[in-house]
Amino acid sequence: MSIANLTKAWQPMSYGFLDASAKRELRRKMLKAIAVPGCQMPYASREVPMARGWGTGGLQVTLTLLKPSSVVKVIDQGADDSVNAASIRSFLSKVSGAAETWDTLAASLIQSRHRIPEERLHAGQILVLQVPNPEPLRPVEPNMSIARQMHADADYGRLWLILYERIVRSGRIMEGAAYPSLVNGRHVMTPSPIPRWDVPKLHMAQHLTFLSAGREKRLYAVPPFTKVEPLVFSDVPFKVEDHGALTCHRSGVSGFYMNEIPQDNGGSAFEVSDSHLGIKAIRQAEGEADRIGATWYQNGQLA
Amino acid sequence: MVSERTIGMTQTLSLLPPQLMTTPPLLTMTGVSRRYGDVVALQDVSALAYPGEVLGIVGESGSGKSTLLRMMNLEDTPDTGDYRLALPDLAGNLFGLDRFARRMLCATRIGIVYQNPHQGLLMQHTSSGNVAERLLIAGERSFAALRARGRTALEASEFPLDRMDARPIELSGGMQQRVQLAKAIALEPALLLLDEPTTGLDVSVQALVLDTLKRLQRDRAITMVIVSHDLGVIRTMADRVMVMRRGRVVEQGLSDQIFQDPQHEYTQQLVHAKL
Repeated sequence: MSIANLTKAWQPMSYGFLDASAKRELRRKMLKAIAVPGCQMPYASREVPMARGWGTGGLQVTLTLLKPSSVVKVIDQGADDSVNAASIRSFLSKVSGAAETWDTLAASLIQSRHRIPEERLHAGQILVLQVPNPEPLRPVEPNMSIARQMHADADYGRLWLILYERIVRSGRIMEGAAYPSLVNGRHVMTPSPIPRWDVPKLHMAQHLTFLSAGREKRLYAVPPFTKVEPLVFSDVPFKVEDHGALTCHRSGVSGFYMNEIPQDNGGSAFEVSDSHLGIKAIRQAEGEADRIGATWYQNGQLA
Repeated sequence: MVSERTIGMTQTLSLLPPQLMTTPPLLTMTGVSRRYGDVVALQDVSALAYPGEVLGIVGESGSGKSTLLRMMNLEDTPDTGDYRLALPDLAGNLFGLDRFARRMLCATRIGIVYQNPHQGLLMQHTSSGNVAERLLIAGERSFAALRARGRTALEASEFPLDRMDARPIELSGGMQQRVQLAKAIALEPALLLLDEPTTGLDVSVQALVLDTLKRLQRDRAITMVIVSHDLGVIRTMADRVMVMRRGRVVEQGLSDQIFQDPQHEYTQQLVHAKL
């Protein structure tokens, strides 16, 4: 009997990069987060080979969820081909053997920053969002201990103060991202990286969403078929960005969230933010057999 | 009248109301004691405030007057004591309420103006937003109503409406106090607590703020408790005065009585030092 017989063979790293105890802790916290939708769960954010602020929170959740049969898609500001997205995707596949994809419909695990894909996610898919600031109360309550107590008491009155001041200053609510939303009628969360356009996609969605902040060491979840209601005044309805009438100058699709591209003549052109949707539309136009799935928005209106 | 005045530190405080008072008191505080470690902040303090009257509390720094006010605002719980407000659907000792009930009570029935505006205001938010916050906590969710009620409250505290969307940090001390006042009266509370509301303001601004307070008191018949070390302020505002020293009430009575005919040695010193 020797040590070698009793232990596993030496490996250069654990499966999925994180060690077993880290993944165990994350799994427990993810289950808790699902059990209490929208409630922030603290976790010991581990070191990953990436700087804080680049998606370490999302990466840890994704690494924990990976298995060899996973198909991963990584989105950075809607694009699959940016340096950050490409690096994370190849890292994920390298440490787990999971397949890579750009296609929303083919992916089983989607890590994203800033966007939820325009194509409807289906049951069984998991969306992981990288969150910079998980605390919706931070603008109105700088003391985090008190903020936590406010969450416990569901004392959210002050959050309308942010909306109030937006209307007072700009005449309309212009929260570009992180629009505070009530999850399951109990906890207010900040869907921090995504624009207003994407918030309604979380409401009663079929897929599971995790939101994880690596630097702040908090994760929370929106389980499938959970109510997500953006906070509104009774006399000022919630409005998404005015992108319904815009057309992408490259792919020709319209009625989706667009990026504004400044032009030399001082004007601007628009390009669909979900880049693979644009690619699919171009391929379709060229006669290839790409299929665009059902989308959340149709003709610029939420379906 | 003399029978209800208390003279000397050893005598117990008589809670008999003045003969002319026909309504029961709004605020009744009985036997409140509070120690912080070895420091006795309050020792068996009792207080009454009748509907529509202004109760002044004077005393030197450290006499327990601010602690007493914090108790009235339910920010702190005493070791022993009883606190009641004669309001509908509000029975029993208020110190026994849980956090939720306390918060709701403080938001809707009690208004407070602190000496330091930083304590009472969100400095980085707009002035009207500060008033709106109070309404939001009470459950108002209509933007138009928030705006209108905020405007009304600011107007009542004589705040210039063209600056209602300025942040308090950009305003002068007197203006900041007016924002605090507007916030305090936004929900038309039964009880308004004022903790040294004019300390730190220059004399002319002080006079203007006191003027506003007097007008509010007259128009709305609001019950006020005002704490100050400045006898001038108390004399201008208060109907009845409590003199505190070392956590005890040493003398109380109508303000004219206290100022014209102080009985306790400490009150005599205090009045003499001022006049």
